[in-house]
Amino acid sequence: MTAAIDAVAIRGLTKRYGATRVLANVSMELRAGSLCALLGPNGAGKTTLLGIVSTLVRPSSGEVAYRAGADAVPAGGPLRRAIGVLAHDSFLYGGLTAEENLAFYARLYELADGPSRASALLDEVGLAEEARVRQVRTYSRGMVQRVALARALLHEPRVLLLDEPFTGIDRTGAAALARTLARAVERGCVCLVVSHDLEALAGIADHVAVLRRGKLEHDERRAGGFSEKELKELYHRHAE
Amino acid sequence: MAWKDLRVELRSREILFTMAFFAAMVVVLFSLAFLKESDQGEMVAVAEITPGFLWVAVLFSATLGMSRAFDRERESDTMRGLLLSPAPRTALFLGKAVGLFLMMAMVEAVVVPLCWFFFAAPLFSEPLPMLALVLLATAGVAVVGSVFAAMLMRTRSRDVLLPVVLYPILVPLFIAAIKATSGILVGELDPAWFWIRFLLVYDATFVVAALWTFESLVIE
Repeated sequence: MTAAIDAVAIRGLTKRYGATRVLANVSMELRAGSLCALLGPNGAGKTTLLGIVSTLVRPSSGEVAYRAGADAVPAGGPLRRAIGVLAHDSFLYGGLTAEENLAFYARLYELADGPSRASALLDEVGLAEEARVRQVRTYSRGMVQRVALARALLHEPRVLLLDEPFTGIDRTGAAALARTLARAVERGCVCLVVSHDLEALAGIADHVAVLRRGKLEHDERRAGGFSEKELKELYHRHAE
Repeated sequence: MAWKDLRVELRSREILFTMAFFAAMVVVLFSLAFLKESDQGEMVAVAEITPGFLWVAVLFSATLGMSRAFDRERESDTMRGLLLSPAPRTALFLGKAVGLFLMMAMVEAVVVPLCWFFFAAPLFSEPLPMLALVLLATAGVAVVGSVFAAMLMRTRSRDVLLPVVLYPILVPLFIAAIKATSGILVGELDPAWFWIRFLLVYDATFVVAALWTFESLVIE
């Protein structure tokens, strides 16, 4: 059963790797039906924050609370089923085709309609029919990214965590991805997107968080969303 | 999980062929290196040392396989993809261990007959204890090997470290397998069954320990 998460509360997160502090007392809230653009220079701690929210990385202190209404959703299978992650790496097996990869993940998520959902998603991300039966290791970077996005969306997650999703994909693909993200927001997903592509995020992000050297420098919501110019201004003011 | 591993392997054939070729070479080379004069005055391989070489070949080839099998989960960071899924972490571990077990079993299907042929050792004289022995020893290596290979997956010098940390833990299994094989070869089944039961206890202990520790070993 997928947990109907409607908010993710990040409270006092700190992460250290040995003597290096990667995140320092970060607190913020992510809401359903909202897309948060997580901005910051390289090494700011964005990927680590995403890793902690995805449950794959343990924080040194602080916590992430997943809420469904008034109830807290405990860690475990139902919570993981509600989370979809697109990371730097694709999580795809190079020796399998796109269809086989998605079929494998569909079985892991116990999806009854796995093949039809996989096919529809591969259509949505624009992977050509002839490519679907080729091993993923023969794909270009952009094709891998498209299949990785389909994998992240396969189980219709309630919390969508994307790390540099626009990397490697062409302008058509980027526009399609932006539409997919907008649909996820309309569906009521909690979306957290790390990206340096501010143009692509303009119009769909209604929440901006800026990290710098592990600290949350800025956290702002706007009902009408942010334009590219506003995103750039926020980035320059708080991240540089 | 195990089926996925086998499908990828059967397509690439890089692990299975390497393991089988390596194990076969160990058996063939040792059968040529350790010779004795038979009653008829011919030089023949020493059948009494078959248990040692059989299990050395299995253990060394398994080490090659387990390292590579977990390397596949490192490429594109698929291990994270698995850990993010709602599938129980224990099931993920067992899937990897079963995949390794099946690959080792395929290699043993080549190596055991090779030992029988080159050392003229009566390995099939007692099929039931021999089958139980091979299955339990293989399961033990697969379980322990999967734990350590997973633990070292993000370590830079994992190929060097794996045998260093793995072999001391496998010493009791290795001794039991050799003793049981020796018992089967000379027709002394009571000691053979004792060591086979020992393997059963060893396997059960490590399955429990592995299921208990796997999650904490693979989460950052």
